[in-house]
Amino acid sequence: MNTIAAKALDREGLPESTVVHPNDRRVRRSIRSLIARTLSILVCITLWQTASVQKWHFLVNFENVPAPSAVGLAGIRLIQSPKFQNHVQSSVIRTFAGFGIAAVLAVTTGLLVGRSKLLGDFLMTPLELLRPIPAVAWIPLAVLMFPASEESMIYITFIGAFFPILLSTIHGVTNVDQRLVFASLTLGASPFSVFSEVIVPGALPSIVTGLSIGMGNAWFSLVTAEMVSGQFGIGYYTWESYTLQNYPNIVLGMISIGLLGMVSSALIKRIAMQFMPWARKGGEMK
Amino acid sequence: MTNQGAEIQVRKVSVSFAIDSKRVDAVQDVSADIRSGEFVALLGPSGCGKSSLLGAIAGFTPIVDGEILVASRRVQRPDSSRGIVFQHHNLFPWKTVQANVEFGPKMRRKPKTERRRIAAEILGRVQLSEFGRHYPDQLSGGMQQRVNLARVLVNRPEVLLMDEPFAALDAQTRLQMQEMLLELWQEFGMTVVFVTHDIDEAILLSDRILIMSQRPGRIKAEVPVFLDRPRRSEQLTSPEFISLKRKCMESIRIEPYPESISLRSANERHNEVSLAGVSINRGHV
Repeated sequence: MNTIAAKALDREGLPESTVVHPNDRRVRRSIRSLIARTLSILVCITLWQTASVQKWHFLVNFENVPAPSAVGLAGIRLIQSPKFQNHVQSSVIRTFAGFGIAAVLAVTTGLLVGRSKLLGDFLMTPLELLRPIPAVAWIPLAVLMFPASEESMIYITFIGAFFPILLSTIHGVTNVDQRLVFASLTLGASPFSVFSEVIVPGALPSIVTGLSIGMGNAWFSLVTAEMVSGQFGIGYYTWESYTLQNYPNIVLGMISIGLLGMVSSALIKRIAMQFMPWARKGGEMK
Repeated sequence: MTNQGAEIQVRKVSVSFAIDSKRVDAVQDVSADIRSGEFVALLGPSGCGKSSLLGAIAGFTPIVDGEILVASRRVQRPDSSRGIVFQHHNLFPWKTVQANVEFGPKMRRKPKTERRRIAAEILGRVQLSEFGRHYPDQLSGGMQQRVNLARVLVNRPEVLLMDEPFAALDAQTRLQMQEMLLELWQEFGMTVVFVTHDIDEAILLSDRILIMSQRPGRIKAEVPVFLDRPRRSEQLTSPEFISLKRKCMESIRIEPYPESISLRSANERHNEVSLAGVSINRGHV
């Protein structure tokens, strides 16, 4: 009990009598960093605005690049239009469908392959051959393979998400601390219990990393697929804006893609943390 | 619940490893009989194969020759009748302290209420009742080792194997842990095999010290410890203690300087310590 008290004292840092209270310093530092971040964004936007208005043409041609002010105005109009919501909705559905199927299949395969040498030899050879093929390269074949473009786009998304999740899962399984496996065996665990009680939770942090990389790849693959073969979706919208010479909307499409990717990655981390309370609490205390 | 310790018979056991396709003999032709309920210390320099021997008794280090019998049954694989505690805790980081201790009973399909009760009881016994809901990473080293001990003892093992369990702790915590271990041993009555390279620790705790040679490890001396029990830290300076210590040091000393190859377990790598006045292997892996 003494040790815990000592630990707590360590964490609290310096005693009250020091000149600057550590709390004050922390607040001041975070304000300073907030100012720096805001300032840097403002500088970027100002540069972009100037470049577009002045129509800079040096290495990069800004003549046709819409100014942030134009993008902002277009954005306000866009959010109110139901068409845009449809685009976002169909992209989100496709991503989550492809990603969801990939997550289930890749985690299951990864857990099995990581545990069984025989299964690994059997399954990994074809998978290793398919892995280097970028999801985008599947587009023509996917269009031929599936009856509707909807399925083919989900397939492309699936391909993009599958491999990073698979590889991270295998990595996680094979890197589970052997001492924990010993511990479970000397405590009477059956092979199945070793798997469910040690291997799966031990691999979980690595699986989560795979899922968040997979989510990023899923968006990337989907947007490309939509540009080529879609009729709705945020990728299609971005490309359509280009063909219709509606330049501010290109940028809006890009920003939306970025935001959607960011939000879905954050969502994954949020959900994952629900399953890993030890990571959360450990982090707080240490 | 006393006197449930099992006797251990180690018969002509050899353990070897392949390292870079070279055969390294860790333990060679070791025989020992350990009585039911006895507390035996395995003392020897780093890399002498004492951890390998312990692993063989636990059942996860394969032996190349000989056999090990525990309660007259041949050891073939790890099981819950032989609990093991390592120097660095191997608690499940994703389970709370309570859930870690409940693991053994859960594996034996004890009903939830019962396993909760016996886990809470043993946690109380190691003075960690208030920490059931903490995660292992939130505890200090000494507390982690107490949870480790509780997690093993909740299974009421016949044999408790300990591989330098207190070597990473500070001196004061180590002393507390040693006292607690002796109390638990008296209470539970299991047979204990305790690996250490600390002579004081071996004498303070055990009934008998088996001294191992440099690798390939053999048992080269046996020192019975007839100190009164319960043992107390004051005995560390008694004349009997000092004379036992001298005896151990002499047994360790009679040996040419070790050869260069050294295979040490991850545990031992962390605590290269010079045994009071005894030169030990400082080779590298």
